[in-house]
Amino acid sequence: MVRLLSFLLFLATWWIAALLIGDVKLPAPPAVLAVMLREAASGALFINLGVTLARVALSFTLAMALGAAIGYLMGRVKLADRIGDPWLILLLNLPALVVIVLAYIWAGLTEVAAIAAIAVNKLPTAVVTLREGARALDRSLDEMASVFAIPRGRAFRHVILPQLSPYIAAAARSGLSLVWKIVLVAEYLGRPNGVGFEIGVAFQLFDIPLLLAYSLTFAAVVLVIETVLVQPFEVRSSRWRPRAA
Amino acid sequence: MQLEVDITGKHFENAAGERHHVLAGIKFSLPAGEVGVFVGPSGCGKSTVLKILTGLDHDYQGKVSRPATARLGMVFQEPRLLPWRSVEDNIRLAAPHIDEKRFSELFSVLELTEHRSHFPGELSLGLARRVALARAFAIEPDFLVLDEPLASLDDALAAHLREQIATLVESRVMITLLVTHNLDDAVYLGDRLFLLSARPARILQEVPIPTPRAGRSAAEINHIKADLVRRRLAKI
Repeated sequence: MVRLLSFLLFLATWWIAALLIGDVKLPAPPAVLAVMLREAASGALFINLGVTLARVALSFTLAMALGAAIGYLMGRVKLADRIGDPWLILLLNLPALVVIVLAYIWAGLTEVAAIAAIAVNKLPTAVVTLREGARALDRSLDEMASVFAIPRGRAFRHVILPQLSPYIAAAARSGLSLVWKIVLVAEYLGRPNGVGFEIGVAFQLFDIPLLLAYSLTFAAVVLVIETVLVQPFEVRSSRWRPRAA
Repeated sequence: MQLEVDITGKHFENAAGERHHVLAGIKFSLPAGEVGVFVGPSGCGKSTVLKILTGLDHDYQGKVSRPATARLGMVFQEPRLLPWRSVEDNIRLAAPHIDEKRFSELFSVLELTEHRSHFPGELSLGLARRVALARAFAIEPDFLVLDEPLASLDDALAAHLREQIATLVESRVMITLLVTHNLDDAVYLGDRLFLLSARPARILQEVPIPTPRAGRSAAEINHIKADLVRRRLAKI
């Protein structure tokens, strides 16, 4: 209910702003909706969204898996931390644009280059978060698992993983928002399809209804995925904690 | 089956880089079926000895031989339960092969039956301790270590839990090692007491208690206690 109100407030603000600024720079909601429906009818909207989502899914999974593994290792093994730390600082502070442009130069304007570049951008934040998680692991529970001779695999699943899951959820949450942002840049710069590409076209043609149609559909999809996938996972992974008042 | 321990020294370095001498001479043997008790001032290094005996710490001088196949069960000073698993799952994680009959027996002895599906965060310290005890007994240990299992419980609760521990210890032939700073617990539960010095810890005296646990009267327990206090004073 509150969410609906909040959405209506957004629409109202947009509409009023459109009336004040004028149709050329900010078209009103019905105009954008019309473009959305046109693009949906032709199928272009779904194809572009699908392509973008596939890129997000691939690069996100890649970065999370690699980042979690590296972060866990760095949190547990001092030598790994020492070796990895300078790389981490470099990657953390490297602008996304540099990574994307270099990837396109070195690997060509290919799908692999785009997905790798997006993954490399997200990787360091996942590493940092998981490293903190691994450092915060409770040693006394490790000792318990070792005394009771709980096999490594079981201990990892029941003792270690539940302690890491809030960190994994945090890395997923912040990582996903990062990927949403970067994927469009990567598409804009070197892919022939996807939401980012369409926004690039709209920009060059100064077609603002088209630009808004794609941006808002994309935002809506992000919102749905966050609500349906990410938030329930966070709730699930922390359900044993006493509820905050 | 017995435990043979001869630790001649143990040092560690603290965060500031200072070297500490923690253990000096810990030499004893403990056969299965007997409850050995470490009695010593707090901070004397009892927990360090336990870490060595349970294989958590390998950095020491000397020798420890425990039967290679011995299953180890331990009750830590803090219960060390997994907060994200229910009481039952906590026990099944350590003892995956326990059958339902034994499980419910254990739970009824320890009066835990109604807490089976609770999470550790919902338990009081006394209850959490009992769950930790249940976990240690569930694996049917050959070597049982109890590290201050009655610390920070009120007297009535401690006495009650002490009886439950006695019942469980009687139910199985194993090497049992109890650490405590409480003489009552030591005399009530132990068959062989090891009196430890302050840091660096060494065994000052080994005191066997010949009367079986069940036959110890209150008067006898008091008598042994008084004797222990005298011995301790004599050593200082």
